[in-house]
Amino acid sequence: MTKKRLVMFRAAVRLSVSGVRSLTRSRPQYAAPLAARCYSHGKQETDEEFDARWVSYFSKPDIDAWELRKGMNTLIGYDLVPEPKILEAALRACRRLNDLGSAIRILEAVKDKAGPHKEIYPYLIQELRPTLNELGISTPEELGIDKA
Amino acid sequence: MLNQRARAVKYGRRANNSFIVFRCADVDVLDCSVPQYNNRLDTPLPDVPFVRNLGADQKKLKEKEKGAWTSLSKEEKLALYRLSFELTYPEMKRGSGEWKTVLGGIFFFLGFTGLLVWWQRFSVFGDVPHTLSPEWVEQQTQRMLDMRVNPVHGFSTKWDYEKKQWK
Repeated sequence: MTKKRLVMFRAAVRLSVSGVRSLTRSRPQYAAPLAARCYSHGKQETDEEFDARWVSYFSKPDIDAWELRKGMNTLIGYDLVPEPKILEAALRACRRLNDLGSAIRILEAVKDKAGPHKEIYPYLIQELRPTLNELGISTPEELGIDKA
Repeated sequence: MLNQRARAVKYGRRANNSFIVFRCADVDVLDCSVPQYNNRLDTPLPDVPFVRNLGADQKKLKEKEKGAWTSLSKEEKLALYRLSFELTYPEMKRGSGEWKTVLGGIFFFLGFTGLLVWWQRFSVFGDVPHTLSPEWVEQQTQRMLDMRVNPVHGFSTKWDYEKKQWK
């Protein structure tokens, strides 16, 4: 039942009840106010700010290939699976750069990022399906490269 | 120069892919001063595409890529992917069968060592000392019992002195 709920809900919902990590965030299960946390000084970014920042990064109209690569490699380095809206912006950036290979690679990479949580990737594809159809991006499964 | 080009044709695959090399003393040396291609799970988009020197067909495909991707066939999309990347993620994660070789080697050498030990036993070692012969051990045991060795909790407590037998 938890799996169904994961697929249905938007990723911002915390799933601390079931003890499963939230869909696209690995955060402490207790949402303590920032003042109580023992981090270094300064405000901590919220999920929404993080997403908005990355969406605007990839949405730059004249993004160049280096920036796309740097952005993707950095994003994959974080301990999270990116939100569908960030991925959508990245795929559209690939389209602007006429790079289909990178678009497919991005899909492979987020599937790998989800790790043992096998329900995340189908959810992402479900959310990205309109964009994939519009831009004509095939998923790795459709191309048959999802198996070694 | 002509020499180099001839060699590039010989190592055809290496000339096409992104192992950017230069020739030094008849050996292909990786040029580490320029970005190289790499297959890494944590770096989905490497610095350079896998195939840098495109043939005529590949160039045509790249031109087609600038148009709508909906007009590309599955094979063309796959070809474009393979131009940019050498290995897919599942291919990168695929294990090798090396463990079978390692385990087989271990068992083989263990078996060989066992053979050596067995050969040693009957070809190298001499007879055991006479003090381990049954007669000697019998007399020795009788002497230990007569001496009442470890009479509280040990050896002599296991002998029944009345019935003259082991308990």
